[in-house]
Amino acid sequence: MTRILAVDDSKTMRCMLQATLVDAGFEVDLAEDGVNGLEKLKNTDPDLIITDINMPRLDGFGFIAGVREGKQVTAVPILVLTTETGEHLKQRARDAGATGWIVKPFDEDKLISIIRRLVV
Amino acid sequence: MNDLNDMFFQECDDLLEGLSSGLNNLEDGGGDAETVNSMFRAVHSIKGGAGAFGLNQLVGFAHALENVLDDVRAGKLTADETVVALLFTAGDHLSDLVDAARHGNDLPPEQGASILSDLKSVSGATHSGSEPGGDAAKEEPPAFEPMALTVDGGLPALADMLSPVESEPLTITFKAHPQLYANGHDPALLFRGLEGLGNLTVEADLSTVVPLRDAPWSTPSLSWKITIRPDDLVDEAAVREIFEFVEGLCDLEIGAETAPPPGDADSVPALAAPSPSAAPGQATQAVAAKNAPAARSSTIRVDLQRVDRLINLVGELVIAEAMLRQSMDEMPHSANTGVDDAMSQLKQLSGAIQERVMAIRAQPVRSLFQRMSRIVRETSKEAGKSARLVTIGDATEVDKTVTERLVDPLTHMIRNAIDHGLETPEQRRAAGKDERGTVTLEAAHRSGRVVITLRDDGVGINRARVRQIAQHKGLIRPEDDLTDTDIDNILFRPGFSTVDAVSNLSGRGVGMDVVRNEIQSLGGRVTLQSEPGAGTSVTISLPLTLAVLEGMVVRVADQTLIVPTSPLREMLQPGQARIHTLCDGDRVLALNDELVPITDLGAALGYRADPVSLDLQFLLLIEGDSGHRSALAVDTIAEQREVVIKGLEQNYESIPGIAAATILGNGKIALIVDTDQMIPVPGKGSAVNRPVPGVTGDALHA
Amino acid sequence: MHENEKDSKSVNRVEIVCFTVEKQDFCVEIAHVLEIRGWTSTTALPHAPDYVVGMMNLRGTVLPVVDLSLRLGFGKTEAGERHVIIIAQIDEKVVGFLVDAVSDIITVDEAEMQAPPDVLSARTQAFIRGIHTVDDDLVRAIDVRAVLPQGDRVDA
Repeated sequence: MTRILAVDDSKTMRCMLQATLVDAGFEVDLAEDGVNGLEKLKNTDPDLIITDINMPRLDGFGFIAGVREGKQVTAVPILVLTTETGEHLKQRARDAGATGWIVKPFDEDKLISIIRRLVV
Repeated sequence: MNDLNDMFFQECDDLLEGLSSGLNNLEDGGGDAETVNSMFRAVHSIKGGAGAFGLNQLVGFAHALENVLDDVRAGKLTADETVVALLFTAGDHLSDLVDAARHGNDLPPEQGASILSDLKSVSGATHSGSEPGGDAAKEEPPAFEPMALTVDGGLPALADMLSPVESEPLTITFKAHPQLYANGHDPALLFRGLEGLGNLTVEADLSTVVPLRDAPWSTPSLSWKITIRPDDLVDEAAVREIFEFVEGLCDLEIGAETAPPPGDADSVPALAAPSPSAAPGQATQAVAAKNAPAARSSTIRVDLQRVDRLINLVGELVIAEAMLRQSMDEMPHSANTGVDDAMSQLKQLSGAIQERVMAIRAQPVRSLFQRMSRIVRETSKEAGKSARLVTIGDATEVDKTVTERLVDPLTHMIRNAIDHGLETPEQRRAAGKDERGTVTLEAAHRSGRVVITLRDDGVGINRARVRQIAQHKGLIRPEDDLTDTDIDNILFRPGFSTVDAVSNLSGRGVGMDVVRNEIQSLGGRVTLQSEPGAGTSVTISLPLTLAVLEGMVVRVADQTLIVPTSPLREMLQPGQARIHTLCDGDRVLALNDELVPITDLGAALGYRADPVSLDLQFLLLIEGDSGHRSALAVDTIAEQREVVIKGLEQNYESIPGIAAATILGNGKIALIVDTDQMIPVPGKGSAVNRPVPGVTGDALHA
Repeated sequence: MHENEKDSKSVNRVEIVCFTVEKQDFCVEIAHVLEIRGWTSTTALPHAPDYVVGMMNLRGTVLPVVDLSLRLGFGKTEAGERHVIIIAQIDEKVVGFLVDAVSDIITVDEAEMQAPPDVLSARTQAFIRGIHTVDDDLVRAIDVRAVLPQGDRVDA
């Protein structure tokens, strides 16, 4: 089963993601910020990660960079899910190692189709 | 979806609280980078959630506010007084928008229009291109920065890209950069995605593959040539969408079959790709830097009803324990000390459980105080005063019910303080004071009670004027000898208002008497001190818990009643007291040099007519918040004990003279006397109107 | 007749608890009824209207008991062992109704409820939502919200 780690500091957003992803048949782990996300990664090996950018303690950029640093060879796809549309922020995220970018509020079908495109 | 909705608004409340506390920090000059950051995140999260629920008005406003905070965060904008004031106003409006959205409404757009335009003009310079709202969010933004593309021959014009191609076969040449793999992409998956769009052939170009021993692992050397014959309704844009996330991470060329053979692509030299280790290196620093703020304490959200059910059960436990003790006391003395020991252990345990359970309901007064800062801002604006709120002891914990029910009284008190207490900036300057008045809200735990004090540094109470008005309104007689405290306390009398033309602000048809009633219904006391020229302070003292109370069990007119012990000063046996009958028939107790009015509890509560003689009665001397004393006549005094408070209003309504009810060890209900209402106020009879016994009415059918 | 009704198209089937007050039949919807208890003594309330008998303790909940007879304009009930208290929840409030006896729980069609006849006294009328016909007997449906003690505190 495809396992997804969703990282967002908003509980509402976490729950929406969880509902959407579980409905689509994914297994979902949740984390509430970058630090928590990196902790979760010690014990889980997701097939894909979805992360917010603006988060306390460790933001999305730092989190992605942290993931990439940890696992270089089998790079897990990381989708950034955020309300930010600024180009420079996207560039930063990609520089940090983000795989893709989805703008909130997300369209459920689109999110799922993108995920399916990114996981084996 | 409803649950999510609820969750969102609950989260909004927390976020707004965070925003507000950040603003206070900022105002006090204490805001560091993380303060602004967390404020930004709060607004950002509200915007994100609001977008998900299609709350476009909220999204739009949050976006504008977020931009300003972003500028402050980035150092493009200094959080000076004007900006902070704007942020406060905007925070208030955001809170209003959330409230409106919670009830499924939008606010009339003109309501926030000026704030919105202020926000926009403040952040205008840096965010001119960025439009708020769901519209912006719905637009599919171009994927990654197009400038980063390294494609030979350049990209087709955007118009060409988007125009549908009539099922023409497309040729795609694709060569991945190392970063593509590092970012979690997999060419095979891209091809699989293409497969869904039409008939596909993929050829790998092996010519560029270097011998294995020379192969640098980080530099992929394969390139592919893909030919796709798209299905109906699939155009080049759809194909491009597959590559959306890899643009800039690969050499990519998409063209019609008829285009010149893209052999050139093969010869693109391996780019000096960014070293994959560069980004993680930066990240390490980021992790270290961002780890600094302290970890949050771990909490769970529990439905308040669950807590209340638990509290009720514990209340039952305490009652059951009392019943057990009572029936044991009635048993012939068995000299069984084991049972006695177990009983006292049980009592201790149930007491400890009760205490812990009540602590669950306790919450810091912070959010209450923060709500008040808004009242201060709004009222001072309306009243043309300048005021700031200083809060002390935000972390003091109070029962949740208390914080909720303090909102209205505190709001009213603050309006009073600013409207009547504080002078205008000009007057203050003339008096040698800071032009800006200070309202201080302080909470503290003091000897088993919670004490909340509201102070202002205004003019203080004009006692001469209060006296004059009170006389005019017939509340006092000219000859009444009143202390300063007595005069100050007139403010709590029903129907008293120091401003003749009821002020638009603090008037609103409520006086301090309403404040006092509300506090008293919480088992609290209000007192007031004032110093002319220096200010006024109102002190509210509340019981820590609303669940138990120490009381004296008494019997009056065949009824069992509880008199709380906290106002109790003295108890007098029958015959012990010197009782005088005044000319109007009222009886008073001579105590030292003071004459204390006597109230027969049975008569005050309408259980019986005033007894002819008080010779056989016990007297309970009580003292109210105002300092006035009264003696309650009762038939017998049974015992002193702790009782569990059961509200009457939940299933019935409030009863004059009665604070609440409790359940005795025998399962019977006893009423708890509201002693403050039993103390006559100077110039007036007992606070409780004495009904004529036996007469009843029915308002519905009267 | 109840069997026949099951085949009919009516959808407003409600269960009602029938009881007697002063030998007359009344009912309330079972949805309001939490339980039915034997008479227990109550604690008199000061300043309460006469029809509020007092407060009773229902497993730790303190709730008022209304003498329905007095409330409906009949005589005062001299409550004793044979009387029962219907514990009802109306919106947020839990209230006890002192009645003579509970007779039955039956299913009726809310749609067939008729307007109360004018023969009742004005006072009773105000508390009756309508009339159900049950086996040729007329059962009056109490308007539970109207009979609640409301704002008619006695203030001298």
